[in-house]
Amino acid sequence: MNLLDLLSSLFFDYTLRTVALGSATLGILSGALGTYAVLRKQSLLGDAISHAALPGIALAFLLTGSKAPLVLILGAVAAGWLGTLLVMSIVTTTRVKDDSALGIVLAVFFGFGLVLLTFIQKKPNAAQAGLDKFLFGQAAALLERDVVTMAGLGALVLVVVLIFWKEFKLLSFDPEFGASLGFPMRALDILLITLLVTAIVLGLQTVGVVLMSAMVVAPAAAARQWTDRLGVMVGLSALFGALAGVSGAVISSTTARLPTGPTIVLCITAIVAISITLAPNRGLVWRWVRHQRNRRRLRVEAVLGDLYALASQHDEPDHGHSIAVLRAMNRGRGGVTHSLEQLEERGWAHQVGPDEWALTPAGLAEAQRQFGRHREASA
Amino acid sequence: MNDESRVIEVSDLTVAYRDKPVLWDIDLDVPSGVLMAIVGPNGAGKTTLIKAILGLIRSAAGQVLIYGKPYSEQRRLVGYVPQRESVDWDFPTNVLDVVMMGRYGHLGWVRRPGQDERMLALEALDKVGMRPFADRQISQLSGGQQQRVFLARALAQDAQVYFMDEPFQGVDATTERAIVSLLQELRAAGKTVVVVHHDLQTVPEYFDWVTLLNVRRIASGPVNDVFTEENLRLAYGGRVAFLRGNGGSGAHENGPTPPETYDEPARFAQ
Repeated sequence: MNLLDLLSSLFFDYTLRTVALGSATLGILSGALGTYAVLRKQSLLGDAISHAALPGIALAFLLTGSKAPLVLILGAVAAGWLGTLLVMSIVTTTRVKDDSALGIVLAVFFGFGLVLLTFIQKKPNAAQAGLDKFLFGQAAALLERDVVTMAGLGALVLVVVLIFWKEFKLLSFDPEFGASLGFPMRALDILLITLLVTAIVLGLQTVGVVLMSAMVVAPAAAARQWTDRLGVMVGLSALFGALAGVSGAVISSTTARLPTGPTIVLCITAIVAISITLAPNRGLVWRWVRHQRNRRRLRVEAVLGDLYALASQHDEPDHGHSIAVLRAMNRGRGGVTHSLEQLEERGWAHQVGPDEWALTPAGLAEAQRQFGRHREASA
Repeated sequence: MNDESRVIEVSDLTVAYRDKPVLWDIDLDVPSGVLMAIVGPNGAGKTTLIKAILGLIRSAAGQVLIYGKPYSEQRRLVGYVPQRESVDWDFPTNVLDVVMMGRYGHLGWVRRPGQDERMLALEALDKVGMRPFADRQISQLSGGQQQRVFLARALAQDAQVYFMDEPFQGVDATTERAIVSLLQELRAAGKTVVVVHHDLQTVPEYFDWVTLLNVRRIASGPVNDVFTEENLRLAYGGRVAFLRGNGGSGAHENGPTPPETYDEPARFAQ
């Protein structure tokens, strides 16, 4: 299939279009809200919320007998929300730390959800089929009405984020200062978490409870690499989420038996890997280059200092000093030859004999500037 | 008691963590226009006292009045500088943005900071000598610069009373001097400043009012009257060695633990 076919099917193939739109919506939402989770060091909360939502979905179906998206979503939101509040109250009222509280709630809710799913599947009722798609997600089963529900609720979530932009920024950066200003930080916390729960729940049908936390953490983690501004980070994170969603949908549609949810997660993982290695300033490559440059600079300085120290022991400035001596002085640092070449390039040192080097007048002045004053200051 | 000159009135303030009292029955009257240090050993409840006054920690008993009214009605008169370590300085934002947060209380809900807030924030940065850093990403600041950004944020609040939690903690000499002259400017402008402090030696030099605290209020009043060997011994137990200066009463800690207070209120951070 060539690119043109792919594009045309993206626009005209009903199934692919629906799946791609749904996945993009999921990516935008979890990316935008995940930013706050990551910045507030609540990355694991996404995992707990998505797992906690499972019994809510099952209970909503058991109570209503309906599989309408809104009914299941409400059930999931309620359970996810309850799980989160439980985590928060465990942390504030007991001595259990938040990571343990998250682990407990995640396991208990998820276990209960699995029990309910098994129970539902054993019921002699044809309507129950398909609830287990929430485990690993089944994007191919997305219907237009699902996407419409997702997009509608998602837009609502984003509007609330925009309305309380300044308050959420305060909550994420310095909640105590916010409280001193009179903002009800606890209520804002619950509101933001409710939005996160909604964003997560909207993605469950596509990606599933097991992998959903990746969609919360990964886009934000990738976005943080590229920017130092909250607004850009939220936007970029949403963009990365959407990109992963659409490419995951397209890739899985072109290959037989490739499930959409996991493919989306692999796509976002690729984006994270690229961001962590290549992003300017924060990227690993960038940092490695900077580190090497620093090391080389320090090495050159060290050799300059050594030549200066040697020169100050001799009266005639052009007395050469052998590389072997310099090597001995720089044991463990290496790169003496390269450093000497650098010094020569700058006109600070010159070769006076076979393997013998000395400072030039300019080099002497530079060394005095760098080391002479320093020595005085430290004396 | 609705005396105009009483800026902060604390009566019977008690804060407990589980069964353990952290602050016990604190009474405090702070007059207008003083620079007051709160000093006391580790775990004395210095930070807790500030946080309880600001309503950030629930108190078990007691009352706090700012200019004669509860704090919740007087928020706009109060500026707060939390401990520098209380936030993540790798947060994606810049210096100007942090300082503008000082205007959020005046803005109220939903309204975004605009040109006015920008100007006020830049003025505040000017006062702490950080204006050239306005666009700097906050993770690239030194400790002293971070502290000055927090001070600028409080200045942007344009308050009458300031509460500062360890502003001298881990800052360089330049910043320390900048903070001291800032404190003096605030006093000259008739503001009242309460500072959690733990360098006993600089108390007489920097402050004119002092409260000695060790769960209970040991003493509170003008430095010349209250900052005495006897009171310090009461607050610190036997862990203080005293330097008899000519006239002034300076002291420095000599205890086995360094004078730091990180550990003290961490569990109250909520």
